Amino acid sequence: MNNENGTLFAPSSGRTKEREKRRSPWWEVWRRLRRNKAAVAGMSVVILLVVVAVLAPVLAPYDPNQTNIKMRLQGPSSEHPLGTDNFGRDMLSRIIYGSRISLYVGFVAVGIGAVFGGILGAIGGYYGGRLDNFIMRCMDVLLAIPQIILAIAIVGALGTSLLNLMIAVGISQLPRYARVVRASALTVRGQEYVEAARAVGASDARIILENILPNCMAPIIVQSTLGVAQAILSAAALSFLGLGIQPPTAEWGSMLSSGRQFLRNAPYLTFFPGLAISVVVLALNIFGDGLRDSLDPKLRQ
Amino acid sequence: MADLIKVENLVKYFPVAAGNVHAVDDVSFAIKEGETLGLVGESGCGKSTTGRLLIRLIEATSGRILYRGRDIASADKKTLHDMRKEMQIIFQDPFSSLDPRKSIGETIGKPLEIFGMGSKREREEMVDALMEKVGLSPRLFYKYPHELDGGRRQRVGIARALSLSPSFIVCDEPVSALDVSIQAQILNLLQELQETMKLTYLFVSHDLSVVKHISNRIAVMYLGKIVESSPSLELFSNTLHPYSQALLAAVPIPKLDRKRERFILSGGVPSPINPPSGCRFHTRCPWKMDICSREEPPLTDRGGGHFVACHKVK
Repeated sequence: MNNENGTLFAPSSGRTKEREKRRSPWWEVWRRLRRNKAAVAGMSVVILLVVVAVLAPVLAPYDPNQTNIKMRLQGPSSEHPLGTDNFGRDMLSRIIYGSRISLYVGFVAVGIGAVFGGILGAIGGYYGGRLDNFIMRCMDVLLAIPQIILAIAIVGALGTSLLNLMIAVGISQLPRYARVVRASALTVRGQEYVEAARAVGASDARIILENILPNCMAPIIVQSTLGVAQAILSAAALSFLGLGIQPPTAEWGSMLSSGRQFLRNAPYLTFFPGLAISVVVLALNIFGDGLRDSLDPKLRQ
Repeated sequence: MADLIKVENLVKYFPVAAGNVHAVDDVSFAIKEGETLGLVGESGCGKSTTGRLLIRLIEATSGRILYRGRDIASADKKTLHDMRKEMQIIFQDPFSSLDPRKSIGETIGKPLEIFGMGSKREREEMVDALMEKVGLSPRLFYKYPHELDGGRRQRVGIARALSLSPSFIVCDEPVSALDVSIQAQILNLLQELQETMKLTYLFVSHDLSVVKHISNRIAVMYLGKIVESSPSLELFSNTLHPYSQALLAAVPIPKLDRKRERFILSGGVPSPINPPSGCRFHTRCPWKMDICSREEPPLTDRGGGHFVACHKVK
């Protein structure tokens, strides 16, 4: 019987074996991601940076905090490929060590912001009405305060530490995740498959986690990849103000800001940390873009 | 056969800025076990809303919905959750009714998972069986909705509705988004399933020729009210309400030489926010009398279970 075209009953033998190959969703995502050359390049850079961060003690040619006044403000040379700073510390070693803190702060802060912001946005968008209004007005309040001042206030209240720095940066990023997720949740909630989920007895929590959030992944990923960059910069700004990472710990943002005063005589002090940040941001953006596409089953070839 | 579903004075108003949309306004009907009630009417007459009210996807403003004699309009959350096993819905649009990020197998197995039926392995077996039952090859288990055509997607929607072995299914225009050639397949499938699984349907549609085939009784809705309700064949042979006659006249007949008396309505549907006084149809009715704009005609039996709400029909 020709089952494909509408006659009713398929042959009933060996049905499980007949299924097309089981492909786990993540394998499927990876398969699609692999085809996107730019995304693979971005991912490779990100992975490379993570490896560098993990292997910092092995890779760094010098102790990042070893000062040497005689060697201060040296330009790039064979001995110090990226030069030395105003205390004579090796810039390459500091950038390698700095990747540890910067990447850590970037990812964790974005994680905090995206998870909580995403959930708040999904709840607001799904339920609508007063709850939505309440959540979004709270987000508006957070938005109304300049991000950096908000983060300063939070660190001020919680005390200075790496964890508090990440929490502060995360909270200051909450509203943007809440807003983009809410916007997509509003469209997703009107879809019939959400109604269908309710008709088969799915609870609200299940619908939000299994239907709403997966269908809001695209904007969350795009926001997050952009967010990592901003989190690194915010953390740097806070460190600069003495509210985050304390000197002499190497960190890209604080290196960037302390290099500022030598911009004329030693531009490489700002150039290389800046380049490092740009590379991370660019790589994450390209990777995020590809990831978003490959997470969408509709774009599958 | 006893009534499986009995609806009494069902009302649903949607509050909007300009007032209340009278989507469903004092509707009563009953569906016997194993039978199909066809609910027809034009867009916006409240037929889909009625279907969703019945399985409480939206909350009624007032009225009673009796399922096997139990009032479910006022049922609490726990009872409602259990009722989901009994009453299901098949949606109109096979494209938006399936989650694009879930495989076919996941979508069909989700209700089983929610109600904690069997182990994961057993559920997969059940999904395979369901897919066969609706004429889908189980090898499509890991396919995504966008990889299937409309007819097969609608079969997935049907399999999902059947997964909990319900007794009552609201079919909300299940074929109107499909090609004509696929429509017949899906209608046949629904009829076969009705026989094998002893299902009761509320079949919502705007297409009389579709409803004619599948229904035991047909109710015609206009602006939130039932204007005529009768056994299926009787409605076609002895149409009483002028609105039903206009609907019937609009069904195309594939014959070139046949001259028909056209029964064409003038004007458009009045606003459901401020429905006309008296008989809601009087603004467009060719038989309009004085009494029509003053008094609302009750839905009364004209013999043989043929109910009509019209002052003119005696």
